[in-house]
Amino acid sequence: MTLAGTIGSIILWTVLVSLFGLVAGLFLLGIDRKLAAHMQARIGPPLRQPFIDIRKLLVKENIVPENAIPWLFNSAPVIAVVSSLVILLYIPLGSLISPLGMYGDLILVMYLLTIPALAMVAGGFASGSPYATVGAQREMVTMIGYEFPLAIVVIGIAWRLWAAGVAHPFLLSSIAGNPIWGIVGPLGIIGLILLLIVLAVVTPAELSRIPFDTQEAETELAGGLLVEYSGRNLALFSLSTAVKTLVMGALAVAIFFPWNLSSFVAMPAGVAQVADLLFFLAKVVLVMFITVTLVRVGMARFRINQVVTVYWVHFALIGLAGLLLLMADSALGTAAGVL
Amino acid sequence: MKPTPSFNRSLWVYHFNSGSCNGCEIEIVAAITPRYDPERFGIKLVGSPRHADVMLVTGPVVKKMKDRLLRVYSQIPDPKVVMCIGTCGISGGVFYDSYNLEGPVDEVIPVDVYVPGCPPRPEAIIHGVVTALAKLERLEGGSA
Ligand code: SF4
Repeated sequence: MTLAGTIGSIILWTVLVSLFGLVAGLFLLGIDRKLAAHMQARIGPPLRQPFIDIRKLLVKENIVPENAIPWLFNSAPVIAVVSSLVILLYIPLGSLISPLGMYGDLILVMYLLTIPALAMVAGGFASGSPYATVGAQREMVTMIGYEFPLAIVVIGIAWRLWAAGVAHPFLLSSIAGNPIWGIVGPLGIIGLILLLIVLAVVTPAELSRIPFDTQEAETELAGGLLVEYSGRNLALFSLSTAVKTLVMGALAVAIFFPWNLSSFVAMPAGVAQVADLLFFLAKVVLVMFITVTLVRVGMARFRINQVVTVYWVHFALIGLAGLLLLMADSALGTAAGVL
Repeated sequence: MKPTPSFNRSLWVYHFNSGSCNGCEIEIVAAITPRYDPERFGIKLVGSPRHADVMLVTGPVVKKMKDRLLRVYSQIPDPKVVMCIGTCGISGGVFYDSYNLEGPVDEVIPVDVYVPGCPPRPEAIIHGVVTALAKLERLEGGSA
């Protein structure tokens, strides 16, 4: 293929994946609200409620407060949406090839994951409201909190893959291509379960959901970071949350549950990709149900100082224990190989 | 800007207390419990006036609250609907000729829907929301 052809196909693929990400992300939010409603013995909104909300927000007036910094205030939501879409381009969706998958790895994804949050922080500071400023500070504290356990998970998995002799252990396609559960022994499985728990606890904080939504806390900060946003800008932030929900689900699936339907059942190529995509979506819904919906219905909000303790002490220790178990497992494996 | 059909299915409500005795608040909270489940129709309570489509005002407007009420009202992005919950906001109710009142809500900001009662039952509040929806639909038809 010529260079122009390659670039053209990447752009086309990018547009398709982005559209898919927006639609699937919004449906995920709808499913989340519906399931939460059922768990509270309610009927709940229709599945397409997030779409209705977005359409409504688009007809509303878009207010820029007087003491805001307009260019930063208006560009923050755009950056949030675009950066969350960019992360999606690096993550494998079922057996489909991700458009930029070979150009970036898990480390890059970890960095990119901070950008939507940083955009929200910038937007919060730019809105010139005390509530938004407090929210932005809390968001930064939360980020400092959850980055460390998340890094432990990423390092742990990649290191174990490397120890098992997988080439390019940080590349998402090689992580998804070598299901980690098959590589490790019994000790490693316990370690992996610990790391899985850590990732599950990091997810609600990435998505600012209860119990880690101190930065948006509706009852104390009146919406926190988003307090001054209305109309189109608020719609963009909801879109970014939707895409991020899909991204976090897809990341957990790619790291811990990468199996594809087509590797178990023989299918013609076209059917296999569709089936894999549907299977992938089912896995994402399951992951999201357990990490977001179940937790947010069952728990109350943590205070901001508790958030840091929970991540730096409790879950960092659990993550390190998981890492140690993985190392012990690898050492035992090598020892057994030598004997 | 004129509201579209999706506007009716996604009303975000902001609640403002302009001097109420808290009786109306309790009934508003009762109206959002799972028993009535207004989220079925996309109605949810929001914490910031910037996110709101509907403002619920409870209580008569006391002197100190007048400026705040006007300010919060202007902070809500258009198009917006104001609902006045409780007899106090309609006529002054039990505080009718009190020395510190600026008067009923509709002397301060334009009100679209009145829900009488002291306090109104949750059913009455939901009926008020339905009336507000009908008004929005008329607006859609009118300006189309
Ligand atoms: S209408 Fe009745 S319940 Fe409501 S604020 Fe007035 S006195 Fe209280």
